[in-house]
Amino acid sequence: MRKRSLGLILYFVFLLLPIYWLLVMSLKTNQEILGPITFWPENLTFQNYFTIFNDPSWYTGYINSFIYVVMNTAISLTVALPAAYAFSRYRFVGDKHMFFWLLTNRMAPPAVFVLPFFQLYQTFGLFDTHVAVALAHCLFNVPLAVWILEGFMSGVPREIDETAYLDGMGFPRFFFTVFMPLIKAGIGVTAFFCFMFSWVELLMARTLTSVNAKPIAATMTRTVSAAGMDWGLLAAAGVLTIIPGAIVIYFVRNYMAKGFALGRV
Amino acid sequence: MNKTWNNAAWLLVVPVFLLVAFSAIIPLMTVVNYAFLDIFGPGETYWVGTDWFRQVLASDDFQGALVRQLIFSGMVLLIEIPLGITVALAMPAKGWTASLALVLMALPLLIPWNVVGTIWQIYGRGDIGLMGWFVTRVLGLDYNYTADPLAAWITVLVMDVWHWTPLVVLLCYAGLRAIPDAFYQAAAIDGASKWKVFRYIQLPKLRGVLLIAVLLRFMDSFMIYTEPFVVTGGGPGNATTFLSQQLVKQALGQFDLGPAAAYSLVYFLIILLFSFVFYTAMSRIGQAE
Repeated sequence: MRKRSLGLILYFVFLLLPIYWLLVMSLKTNQEILGPITFWPENLTFQNYFTIFNDPSWYTGYINSFIYVVMNTAISLTVALPAAYAFSRYRFVGDKHMFFWLLTNRMAPPAVFVLPFFQLYQTFGLFDTHVAVALAHCLFNVPLAVWILEGFMSGVPREIDETAYLDGMGFPRFFFTVFMPLIKAGIGVTAFFCFMFSWVELLMARTLTSVNAKPIAATMTRTVSAAGMDWGLLAAAGVLTIIPGAIVIYFVRNYMAKGFALGRV
Repeated sequence: MNKTWNNAAWLLVVPVFLLVAFSAIIPLMTVVNYAFLDIFGPGETYWVGTDWFRQVLASDDFQGALVRQLIFSGMVLLIEIPLGITVALAMPAKGWTASLALVLMALPLLIPWNVVGTIWQIYGRGDIGLMGWFVTRVLGLDYNYTADPLAAWITVLVMDVWHWTPLVVLLCYAGLRAIPDAFYQAAAIDGASKWKVFRYIQLPKLRGVLLIAVLLRFMDSFMIYTEPFVVTGGGPGNATTFLSQQLVKQALGQFDLGPAAAYSLVYFLIILLFSFVFYTAMSRIGQAE
């Protein structure tokens, strides 16, 4: 037992040290970073964070990322909820093919779609808008949302549906007042996953934007300047991207694993 | 669970179909179009048949990237799956330590992929990174991931283990919690050893989640782009250039539409093959339960 927890502690050290290092670095001055190694900031400074919060070209990156992530989560959930219900309750012509086709989109390498997306969105005049990124991320988030929700919905006994219909409840009323409260946890977890995968993706977000909807991930490449890398600023920007995720995890921690298993544990 | 036939259910699926079709079918048609044509300008397109495919399949760039990709994905699975199971077995089952462990465990999964790259880019540097400093100054080893292919490989691999093992841990953890206590009590009565409990109770019960873990890890590592791009830029040379990066270089860097499109289709078909195996295996398990 002692040996086991020692191993676990070692693993957590491995897990947390890189994050610790990023955090420490964001609180150091560039002179200290480039000087002899220190394990704790000697001149504690919040200058890097002030720079980010006061410079529009920095903080709009976070705002842009938030806008398209929230849009994507809303769109994904709205379309995925009814579809997942259909897949979990009914058989219909081509259902299995349809489900498989959806999955292939989750598994398609984004790199494959980068070039055509670029042209498609330019044709539609959507290039460099938040909608473009939100729609592009639907490519992998909608199938994922359908998949997870279907797993959660299959866990709800069918008798509940049948009883409701026998009582003369219409589908919309049943779905919103009876069924959705039953899969609250599933909806929360799905929202979390859509948020997460849209938040961490860079390739498409960067390709489909230039100025107006530029995500924070792309802004971070700005720290390379003629004067060399501004490591402290880069680290501070990195720390700020971790915080939203860390907050959301806390709320879904008990259902998270079930979500990762696509609702099938 | 036997489902009822109802073709009206299609109505519920139509929004998803339209949305994904807009994002998937139109671009895919464009790619197919490019893959068989040579385009000089508007109105000047020539049918080239399978020329691009032959060119891509025969090119050293593609073959090299494919081999590196397969080795990388294989190593990722060999390390992350056993490590993930081991850590999941050691995780506390209940109480505040369990909550804390879960939250910390999930942290790397929520970091944007380019920031993961940035973290390791800094962490591995000999002058400003803790790991680089430790390896070069304290252990006195010659380690520089920007110059030495082996060091670059190790860095990218350790980074992926750091980034994605938590996914395997969380899946296995959820699988382990789903095993009823009665199983363990029965094993205790029989006087089964720890190894036997693992081999005959825990491992079989983990089969479903492990399958998901293996396939998710395989496919996501097969599409890896951002993290090595940030850390090594695919170098030194092209030692850590994997399939996605090679493709992006070709498509957006050189704007070689024809070969890039053919490349995309080959890449996509490889993935499609694996997803088919995955899907079949998944539904088999679903039926068995």
